[in-house]
Amino acid sequence: MKRIGLWFGLIAAITFCAGPFVWQMLTSIRPESDLTSLGMPTAVTFDSYVGAFHGRPFGHVILNSVIVAVVTTLFCLAVGASAAFALAKLDFRGRKALLFASLAVSMFPPIATVSPLYLIIRSVGLLDELTGLIIPYTTFALPLTLWILTGFFEDIPDELYRAARVDGCTPFQAFRKVLLPLAAPGLATTAILVFIFSWNEFLYALTFISTPEKRTIPVAISLFAGEHKEPWGEIAAASVIATLPLIVVTMFFQRKIVAGLTAGAVKG
Amino acid sequence: MASVTLENLKKTYPGGVEVVKGIDVDIADGEFVTLVGPSGCGKSTTMNLIAGLEEPTSGTIRIDGQVVNDWTPKDRDVAMVFQSYALYPHMDVRRNMAFPLEVAKLDPKVIETRVKETAERLGIDALLDRKPKELSGGQRQRVALGRALVRKPKLCLFDEPLSNLDAALRNQMRAELKKLHEDLKATFIYVTHDQAEAMTLSDRVVVLHKGIVQQLAPPKEIYARPSNVFVANFLGSPKINMMKAKTLRCEEAVRKLSGGREVLVGIRPEDVHIGTGAPPPDAPAGKVYVVEPMGAETWVMVEMEGERITARGGAAYAGRSGDVAWLQFDVNKLTLFDAKSEKRIDHSA
Repeated sequence: MKRIGLWFGLIAAITFCAGPFVWQMLTSIRPESDLTSLGMPTAVTFDSYVGAFHGRPFGHVILNSVIVAVVTTLFCLAVGASAAFALAKLDFRGRKALLFASLAVSMFPPIATVSPLYLIIRSVGLLDELTGLIIPYTTFALPLTLWILTGFFEDIPDELYRAARVDGCTPFQAFRKVLLPLAAPGLATTAILVFIFSWNEFLYALTFISTPEKRTIPVAISLFAGEHKEPWGEIAAASVIATLPLIVVTMFFQRKIVAGLTAGAVKG
Repeated sequence: MASVTLENLKKTYPGGVEVVKGIDVDIADGEFVTLVGPSGCGKSTTMNLIAGLEEPTSGTIRIDGQVVNDWTPKDRDVAMVFQSYALYPHMDVRRNMAFPLEVAKLDPKVIETRVKETAERLGIDALLDRKPKELSGGQRQRVALGRALVRKPKLCLFDEPLSNLDAALRNQMRAELKKLHEDLKATFIYVTHDQAEAMTLSDRVVVLHKGIVQQLAPPKEIYARPSNVFVANFLGSPKINMMKAKTLRCEEAVRKLSGGREVLVGIRPEDVHIGTGAPPPDAPAGKVYVVEPMGAETWVMVEMEGERITARGGAAYAGRSGDVAWLQFDVNKLTLFDAKSEKRIDHSA
């Protein structure tokens, strides 16, 4: 009896997590006539995949998303890691205040910030530029980066930092040679979260970018729909393509993330 | 080679906690000096101030006569061994030991030779390719020592380096450290809360309590002539007996020695003997509280007038808890302390 309950729970959980994606996959390979039916597709076709690229700059769009997400992630790690190191290991006034102030930044709902941000970005001439996305993404992903990484750096014993200093390192050398390699699980965890955030972000991308060739994936997919037709097959195909990089990135960092998440959990 | 001078050194943490309250210590070139005291006495902070890991609130630190207050740890060129070993987990033993030399940008060939030499001297040359997590506590301790010695430091700081080892290993390493100091002739400053380490290792001992130097002297002198009640209580195992003269029934003799002042009387356990045969009429007597045979010695704790006095029973002592016992001692072996100031009173004996 217990066994059955366990299996039932397991299947329910898998369906809940993977169901939508499987459904999307199935939809993307159905022939158009088959779209509204339930169950397995009657035939397998890749027409939707071809269609997703046909007459649209979808290749460009994917590239844009990759650029924005990768650059944002790198910025966040570079700034976040060095700032988190300072917050965790160096003595200076107002550490706590700084950490909470950074958290406050991420508290604003995007919809409240989008109009003023639009004005700022327009005035500095970054409207319709990928840079105009990377900068605000970095701003809003940084607090999270800072919080996670500060936790990781705090977990690294102070004596290691002191040992590195006595061994002749400047504070920055101690950071780079000793603390940073030890914070690798934290960096991996943060990288994946920031990457997913910038990959999926919709509101700013929709507002700040107007040229179709410069759009990112979520916006581009949402604008697939024409006046008379909802191309469900193509939307599904595009979504599958958009999800693949996330899966690849996650797989890549997976081992380290597991270590990273548990370390965070024990720290509390 | 380096001498170290601390002048009126003070450290107050933000929030007003005063940990080091004006320390004056003069450490000669090649000396082995131990800072000892209970936890929170300021000994580790003093060490960090010397290494440059913390900044003093006031006072000066001199190394080889030069004021180094504003120098970074790198400029001070001081090696340090930490209680937790603080080995870099992501580097193998070889890289751990080479690290300070790599940071100093020495020639790779020189680095290799020095690491090898040092590893051989410490008996860890077989471990060079292992990661710290693959080592036992004793091996880690040696690697930490190696990382300090590979620099050929003129000044080496030890922050409770043996505290995490088990007792047998600690005694072995203690002897090795002393030998190492004799060979290297570098200046060693050693922090510990373990009075046995302080006594056995050092040329001179600095007893710290509440951020103040209680006494600075060679171990034998500190043991024989503790400057106050705290020092007397802290050093020596078993602990010194400290009580009123009345308990020992020697008020008359003590009054003569102290000139009538109110005093506390201290006497080391090895100077108190369990009397044999019939006690003289006025001998201090009581009941045996507990017997601790040590092999060469038997410590007998005797309860009298509500206080417990540890005395020497000799290896053959056969008494048990509850037995009646009386004590014998030489009045001249008593150390007297002023009851108010707790400072030692010099007497002619």
